[in-house]
Amino acid sequence: MTLSILHRATGVAMSVGLVLLAAWLTSAAAGAEQYAEFTTLMSTLVGRLLLIGWSFAFFYHLANGIRHFVWDTGRGFEKHQANASAWFLMIFAVAVTVAFWMLLL
Amino acid sequence: MKPIASMRALLGLGDAEGGTDHWWGQRISGIALVLLGLWFVASVLTLPSLEYHVVVEFIGRSLNNVLLSLLCLAAAYHSNLGVQVIIEDYVHASALNRASLMISRIAHFLLAVIAVYAVIRIGNGT
Repeated sequence: MTLSILHRATGVAMSVGLVLLAAWLTSAAAGAEQYAEFTTLMSTLVGRLLLIGWSFAFFYHLANGIRHFVWDTGRGFEKHQANASAWFLMIFAVAVTVAFWMLLL
Repeated sequence: MKPIASMRALLGLGDAEGGTDHWWGQRISGIALVLLGLWFVASVLTLPSLEYHVVVEFIGRSLNNVLLSLLCLAAAYHSNLGVQVIIEDYVHASALNRASLMISRIAHFLLAVIAVYAVIRIGNGT
C-alpha cells in the first residue's frame, strides 16, 4: 500500500528530475562557463539533496517498475509474495543508491 | 471510429477507447527506460569524471548522442503519461482538470524539445 503511493511520488520526483536533466544538458551545450555554473549550483546542499533524492527515486521506480511488469504477467500477487518483494525492493533501492554515490564520489 | 467516442476525445473529456493505448505506451516506454536508464547510470559511473570536456566528449559521440536523445524522449513521454494519471485521479473539477492536463502535456513536450536540442547541439560540437 505504502509502496504504491511511493511509486507515484518517485515518478513525480523524476518528472522534476527531468527538468534537472534538461538543465544539465542545456548548460553543457551552452559552454564550459555555463556548465560550471550548473555544477556549482548542484554541489550546494540543496543541489546535493536533489541529486541524491533523484537517484533514490530512479532506483526505486526502476525496481518497482520491474515488479509491475512481473505483476502484468499475473505472477507475484499472493500477499506473502507482495510483502516479500516490497521489503526486498526497499532494501535494494536504498543499497543501490548508497553504492551509486560511493562509486561516484 | 464511433462519432460519440471521437467527440469525447476531441473535447478532452477523458479516455474514449484510449485506455489500452495508454497502458501499452506506458509499458513500452517503461521497458525502454529500464534499458536506457541503466545504460545512463553505467555511463555516468564509468566516466573518468563529470567535468565539462569529459561530459561533452561523451555526449558528442554519435551512439551516445542517439541513446541520450532516446532517453530524453522516452522519459518525457513516460512522465507525461504518469502525470496524466495523477491529474485524472486527484483533480476533479472539469475545467481545472483539462487545464492541468494541457499544461502538463505542453510542459513535457517543451522539456523533450529542450533536452534533445541540447543533446544534438553537443553532437554538432557547438
